Amino acid sequence: MTQALDIRGLTKTYGDGFQALKGIDLSVAEGDFFALLGPNGAGKSTTLGIVSSLVNKSDGEVKVFGFDIDTNLSEAKMNLGVVPQEFNFNQFEKVFDIVTTQAGYYGIPLRRASESAEKYLKKLGLWDKRNSPARMLSGGMKRRLMIARALVHEPRLLILDEPTAGVDIELRRSMWSFLEEMNRQGTTIILTTHYLEEAEALCRNIAIIDHGRILKNTSKRDLLQELSLETFVLDTEVALNSPPELPGFVCRLDGEGALEVDVEKGQGLNQVFVQLEDMGIKVVSMRTKANRLEELFIRMVEENASSAKPAEGVAE
Amino acid sequence: MTSRAILTAYYTIVIREIRRFTRIWAQTLLPPVVTMTLYFIIFGNLIGSRIGEMGGFDYMAFIVPGLIMMAVITNSYANVVSSFFSMKFQRSIEELLVSPVPNWVILAGYVSGGMARGLSIGLLVTLLSLAFTNLSIHSLPMMIVTVVLTSALFSLGGFINAMLATKFDDISIVPTFVLTPLTYLGGVFYSIDLLPNFWQGVSLLNPILYMVNGFRFGILGVSDVNPYVSLGMILVFIAGLVFVALTMLARGKGIRH
Repeated sequence: MTQALDIRGLTKTYGDGFQALKGIDLSVAEGDFFALLGPNGAGKSTTLGIVSSLVNKSDGEVKVFGFDIDTNLSEAKMNLGVVPQEFNFNQFEKVFDIVTTQAGYYGIPLRRASESAEKYLKKLGLWDKRNSPARMLSGGMKRRLMIARALVHEPRLLILDEPTAGVDIELRRSMWSFLEEMNRQGTTIILTTHYLEEAEALCRNIAIIDHGRILKNTSKRDLLQELSLETFVLDTEVALNSPPELPGFVCRLDGEGALEVDVEKGQGLNQVFVQLEDMGIKVVSMRTKANRLEELFIRMVEENASSAKPAEGVAE
Repeated sequence: MTSRAILTAYYTIVIREIRRFTRIWAQTLLPPVVTMTLYFIIFGNLIGSRIGEMGGFDYMAFIVPGLIMMAVITNSYANVVSSFFSMKFQRSIEELLVSPVPNWVILAGYVSGGMARGLSIGLLVTLLSLAFTNLSIHSLPMMIVTVVLTSALFSLGGFINAMLATKFDDISIVPTFVLTPLTYLGGVFYSIDLLPNFWQGVSLLNPILYMVNGFRFGILGVSDVNPYVSLGMILVFIAGLVFVALTMLARGKGIRH
């Protein structure tokens, strides 16, 4: 299968000596919906910055649909659309002008650029605002404007760096639907996000990066199967004073009197309910304590941090 | 990119630049017209009538070419330095950096935008000067070539300044402390024949002197320096600044991490 993005041995050392990337390998197949996750400063934005030519790499190889950014940069860029984390358009320009100007940079004549701008501004609910200066838009509209701008030249690979940061839940869901539709129509999508629920809902494959190294690069399904323990929060009809004895399970009360039960992989929840039923405890609602991917993510990053510390100490 | 796509990208940058300075015409087009009107009234009419002739022409006619060049130089420079630095500041420069536009097209687009403003204002000031004096053009080709190349040169200067600038102060230092003194001392208001030998020699080190005199030769047919030497110097400066600007773009100086 064609690789939409192929990264080999990518390193980046900034001028102050900080090594943001320590030789990462990453492949994203054509048609994938891929998440690059990591804590702040892990190297996500540096990686995407190098792919989109905003950051100079120190070493390594980057190919977009087989086009090497060292030898075929123009072709690589033609296949790429980028939605950055921060607003990066001229706040005084009109919405329509921002999108058509971007198309012009890709060599698209004005008539075709105008048609494409209309298509994406309508899809993203910005057509009514086309003559407004960008500074008059709300935060959510500005994010959608950046998506329209990134799509105006119909790229095969769309990179989104925290696309839903600061966006309300309703708008976030509508942006998810839009991105899913784009992906169904064949656009490969790579996103970074702090909302792990977003990655879990949208993405098929996930890489976790921390301290400039890829910790994991696998399918979401395989990743979630690594989760050995999940905590469920049960709201009982009558508040409990102390956690009940449930053989085979560890349980405790949270700060608000709800019952937390740790369930290991392979254990069924039925046993929990049977035992609670026998004790006359009625459960009125249930939820997982944390998002599954979030639990796994935190565990991996914490493990990486604890394993990295002695090594860093030796280096010093 | 195909040559047609490159041409579209170039037009896009130029049109965007023209749209920018015409949108804010009260900041870009009006002030130089007002300033030059005051120069014509005060220096040309009021003071000039007491000065008499200079270089064989009445004082008003003598200063008109210099004032036109002054407007062209400052506005060509100001347009590119402010536009490109604003793009860096707002990060909208990233729109260009992620796109496949070649560096030389980016440079050509911005320089053309600066020239569009500089030459538009040059034309406005020329038309304005007709209300104060009669201009009989000595050599139209020399006049046009000099003003166009000078505008390109200072647009290039503005581009390099914007790439190096990290804060707004950095884009006003060169116009205030370098361009303005060099322009005023570049023979706009006087012929260097009036200066003692030593200061005549010093004046010959000022590149703006050559541009002002080259243009003055095109209009009046008089010049303190050989006008063809002026053209040669402008071309050498342009070649040097194009090389510097393209090298900086290739390295991503001030625009890529």
